Amino acid sequence: MLRAGKILIVLCAMVLLCPGRWAAAADTLKIGSFLAVTGPASFLGDPELKTLQMYIDKINAQGGIDGIKIDFVHYDTKAKAKEAKNFVNRLIKKDRVDVIIGGSTSGNTIAVMDLVERGRVPLISLAGSVKIVEPVRKWIFKTPHTDRMAAEKIFQDIKSRGITKVALITGNGGFDKSGRAQCLALAPKYGIEIVADEKYGNSDTDMTTQVAKIRATDAQAIINFGFGKAPAIVTKNIRQLGIKLPLYQSHGVASKKYIELAGEAAEGVRLPAAGLIVADLLPDSDPQKRVLLRYKHDYESKFGPVSTFGGHAYDALFMVVNAVRSCGCTDRAKIRDGIENTSGFVGTGGIFNMSPTDHLGLGLDSFRMVEIKNGNWTLVK
Amino acid sequence: MRRLGGLYILAFLFVITGLMFPDSYYVTVVGVTIFTNAVLAVSLNLLMGYAGQISLGHAAFFGLGAYSSAILTSRYGVNPWLAMLAGLALSGTVSWVLARPILKLKGHYLAMATLGMGIIIHIFFVQADWLTGGPDGLSGIPGITVFGWPVNTDLRWYWVFGVLMLFCIWVSLNIVDSRPGRALAAVHGSEVAAQMTGVDTASVKAQIFVVSALLASVAGSLFAHQQAFVSPESFSFFFSIELVTMVVLGGLASTFGAVFGAVLLSLLPEFLLVFEDFEVLIYGAILMAIMIFLPDGLFVTTSRLITERLRGGEAS
Repeated sequence: MLRAGKILIVLCAMVLLCPGRWAAAADTLKIGSFLAVTGPASFLGDPELKTLQMYIDKINAQGGIDGIKIDFVHYDTKAKAKEAKNFVNRLIKKDRVDVIIGGSTSGNTIAVMDLVERGRVPLISLAGSVKIVEPVRKWIFKTPHTDRMAAEKIFQDIKSRGITKVALITGNGGFDKSGRAQCLALAPKYGIEIVADEKYGNSDTDMTTQVAKIRATDAQAIINFGFGKAPAIVTKNIRQLGIKLPLYQSHGVASKKYIELAGEAAEGVRLPAAGLIVADLLPDSDPQKRVLLRYKHDYESKFGPVSTFGGHAYDALFMVVNAVRSCGCTDRAKIRDGIENTSGFVGTGGIFNMSPTDHLGLGLDSFRMVEIKNGNWTLVK
Repeated sequence: MRRLGGLYILAFLFVITGLMFPDSYYVTVVGVTIFTNAVLAVSLNLLMGYAGQISLGHAAFFGLGAYSSAILTSRYGVNPWLAMLAGLALSGTVSWVLARPILKLKGHYLAMATLGMGIIIHIFFVQADWLTGGPDGLSGIPGITVFGWPVNTDLRWYWVFGVLMLFCIWVSLNIVDSRPGRALAAVHGSEVAAQMTGVDTASVKAQIFVVSALLASVAGSLFAHQQAFVSPESFSFFFSIELVTMVVLGGLASTFGAVFGAVLLSLLPEFLLVFEDFEVLIYGAILMAIMIFLPDGLFVTTSRLITERLRGGEAS
C-alpha cells in the first residue's frame, strides 16, 4: 500500500511539473502545424514537417522576418480526423497561434475548416481536394494542385492524342474517390466517354480482375487515380495482362518510389506532376527553375530524395513569410489579407496568384505532363 | 444524502470551475472531452461494472447517436431534439434486438460478439458513403438551442455536457441502489444463484444493455452538434477499448471510479504532449503501473485507503 502511495505522489508530481508552453512575446510570429508525420500518410507529413522545420530554423538564424522571430508549434495527427480536430482546437485556443499550416490530407483539412473559420485564424492546407477552396472560405487557403486540375490535365493530353474512350480504375481512399468524381464530372466537357469504372481496395495486393474487365471493353486509354502501393500494382497487372493501351496515373504517384515499385511496367506511363520532379529538365528560361533547384538542393543536402509534398509546405511557409513581411506585423487578419493578395509568387508548385475568389491561385500550366522513360521522368512536349 | 453526496460534490466542483476559469483551454475544450468520456464510461460501467458483462463495442452506440443527429440535421434540416430522439430510437432498437442473443454468451465469447458488433457498425460508417460521407466524415452540422438559449460558445457546451454528465451519474447511482440494481449485482455475483432467487437474468441484462446504449446515444447526438463534424474514427474499435480502459482504470462497479478514469484518460494525453515523441510510451507505462500496483482501479483503491485511515484514526 505504501508503494501505491508513492506511485500516486510521483504521478501527481509529473502532472504538476509539466510546464506547458510559454506564451509568445509580441514580436514573434507563432506558426502552428498539424501534419500526418506518422501513420498511413507519413509520406506526406514527414517531408512537410522536415521542410517547415528546416526553413524556420534558417529564417530564425538569419534574424527572423525583418526582426520578427518564428515560434513553431507542431502536432502529429497520424492522419486521423479526430486528432486533427483536437490539435487545431489546441492550436487556436491554447497555443493561440497566428497562422496554421496543415492538414496533410484532405480529410484532416475538411474536418477542421469550420473550427478555423470560427477561430478566425488563417490556415494554409497542404492537401489536394478541390473541396477545400471551393466554395472559397475567408480564412482557408491551400498550395497543392487540386484533383480537378489533375483530371483536366490528363484529359487535355488524352484529347490531343485523339482518344475518346477511357477506362477508369480507382481505389477506395478519399483521394481516389475525389479524383474519380472529378474525372466523371469533367469527361463530357472534353468529349470523352468513360467506358469502364472499376474500383479496388487500397490494401488489395492484386487487381487483375478489375484490369481484365477493362480489357473486355473498347477503352483506348486507362486512367488510375490513387497513391501509395496500389497504383504500382495496377500498373504491373495491366502490363502482365499484355494490355498496350496508354496508361495515365495521377500526381499522387509523382515520386521515385512509384517507378521503383512498378519497375519495367512503368515505362511509358504518363502523369501530371508539379515541376519539382523534373526540375533539372526544365529550360533555363523557366521562372520556376531557380526556386525548384534551390529547394531541391536545400532538402536533399539534409534529408535525401525530395518529394513534391515537402514543396507544398515550402510554398505555404513562404507565402506566410511574405505576408508578414509586407505588413510588418503578426496580426491574424492582416496576415490573411496578405496571403489573399499573393501575386506572382514563384513557389515549387507553380506561380501563385491568389484573389478573394481564388484561394489556390494556380493555373493549369503549373502542372507538367511527364512520361516515364528508362526508369526516369521526361517532359512531354 | 449519503448516497448522492459524491454527486453534490462533483456538481459543486463543476460549477465553481466553470465560473472561475471561463476562458481556460482546459475548461472549455478539454472539459467537454472529459464530460463526454465520463458519460460514456459511466454508461459502460452500468453494464461492465455492475452487471459484469463486458462490451467491446460501446463506441458503436455513441456513433449511432452521433450519425443519426448529424445526418438528420445537416441533410434533412430536422430539429436537433427530434434527431436526438431518432438516434435514441435507433440505438434503442439495435441494442434491444442484439441484447438477448449477445448477452447469452459469456466471457471471451461475449467479448468477441460485442467486438464484432462494434466493428460492423464502424465499417458501415466507413463504407456507406452515400449516407455517412465515408472516411472523410460529415461536416456542417448545425448547433443546438436549449430553451431559446443558443449553445454557440465553448463555455456553453461546457455547461451542457456537464449537466448531461451529472444527469448520467444520477441515473447510474439510482439504478444501482434500486431493485434492478440489486438484481444486477446478483447476476454479477452468480447468474445461477440470481435465477434461483427469482431474478429474470436475461431480461435484467438486456434492460441494462439498452439503458447503457441509450445514454451513449444521447452523448453521441450532443457530440455531433458540439463538434459540427463527425468521422468514423471517433467511433472505432480503439475508442471502445479506451472506454473499457477508463472503467477498469477508475475501478469497476464504482460510478465515480468510471468518472475518475474518464478524467484521467482525457487529461493525460494533454499533459503528456510535452514529451513529444515519447508521449505514447509514457502513457502506456502509466497505465501499466496503475494496473499492476492498483488492480482494483485507482479510484476504488485510494478511496478504500482513505476510509481505512479514517476508521483507523477513530479506533485509536
